[in-house]
Amino acid sequence: MKLQKASSFALFAVLELAANPTRQLSGVEIAEKYGISAHHLAKVLRDLGRAAIVDGTRGVGGGYSLVANPKRLTLLDVIQVFEPVGSDSGHGLVLKASTDAELALRVILDELDDHTVATFRSITIATMLKLMARKPWARSAPPAKPVRKAAVRA
Amino acid sequence: MAQIATMKPLAESIGAYAIRIRPASKSDLADIIRIDEEVSGLSKRNYWKDVFAQIRGRSQSPRFLLVAEDQNQIQGFILGEIRAWEFGETVCGWVLAIQVRPKTRLEGIGTRLFSAICEAFRQAGISNVRTIMARDNHLVLSFFRSQGMMAGPFIELEMSLDEGT
Repeated sequence: MKLQKASSFALFAVLELAANPTRQLSGVEIAEKYGISAHHLAKVLRDLGRAAIVDGTRGVGGGYSLVANPKRLTLLDVIQVFEPVGSDSGHGLVLKASTDAELALRVILDELDDHTVATFRSITIATMLKLMARKPWARSAPPAKPVRKAAVRA
Repeated sequence: MAQIATMKPLAESIGAYAIRIRPASKSDLADIIRIDEEVSGLSKRNYWKDVFAQIRGRSQSPRFLLVAEDQNQIQGFILGEIRAWEFGETVCGWVLAIQVRPKTRLEGIGTRLFSAICEAFRQAGISNVRTIMARDNHLVLSFFRSQGMMAGPFIELEMSLDEGT
């Protein structure tokens, strides 16, 4: 699955702020680290402020800090500020299901949605920081190089 | 069971509690039943009696029932088992239950219990631990995630046997 840009940017910002609880970070600082648009991130941070997840201070030495408890704040809490997750996200035509095929497909999509919501809801920002510190991806084997097909002679 | 009998109690102060993790003894049965009932709202007296009977007996699947004790009061427990060839997988440690008294939660007792059972599994030569739980059990799901557990290689499936009848 893919997250919308705003959700990803919000998670980057929240994780940065949670990892630096003793200082305020500017939007530009976070945007530079992740190579993302500072303008877009500023809008995302304003939305996070309205959701009482971060707090911003203007002026020299100002910046953003996390006000939500990272041990309680889940990925779902952050993502839902920017996009619907799970059964709220809609399944296009399947939403108006009336045929057996559409209804059966909706059952399967609902199953996937339930897993998605449960996963996002079970992972807190504190757990994400632990995962980032553990770096399990560093232990797994590097992705296999794509096998080049032999040139076909005419 | 050998692993239970030889495991050394581990004592550590956690917050306001001087927690000691040790293998459960028969005298802990009533506390374990009470905590489980308090948390789950279900009385499983016979189940826990069976668990104790299995721990004392010889089994091909070694079980670990550990308790977190604070000044002679049981604050929580964890039940695990080593199983081989379940679902076609090689030997693995399973966490079957973990409960902490609601009043003493957020004090790190669950973490200590989980660490202790992982260590017991490790000492038994196990390198993988698994569990399974209800998708809507956000509290426990978050707890296991916070311990580093991730989605495993299985998908659990079920079917109502009443369908179509």
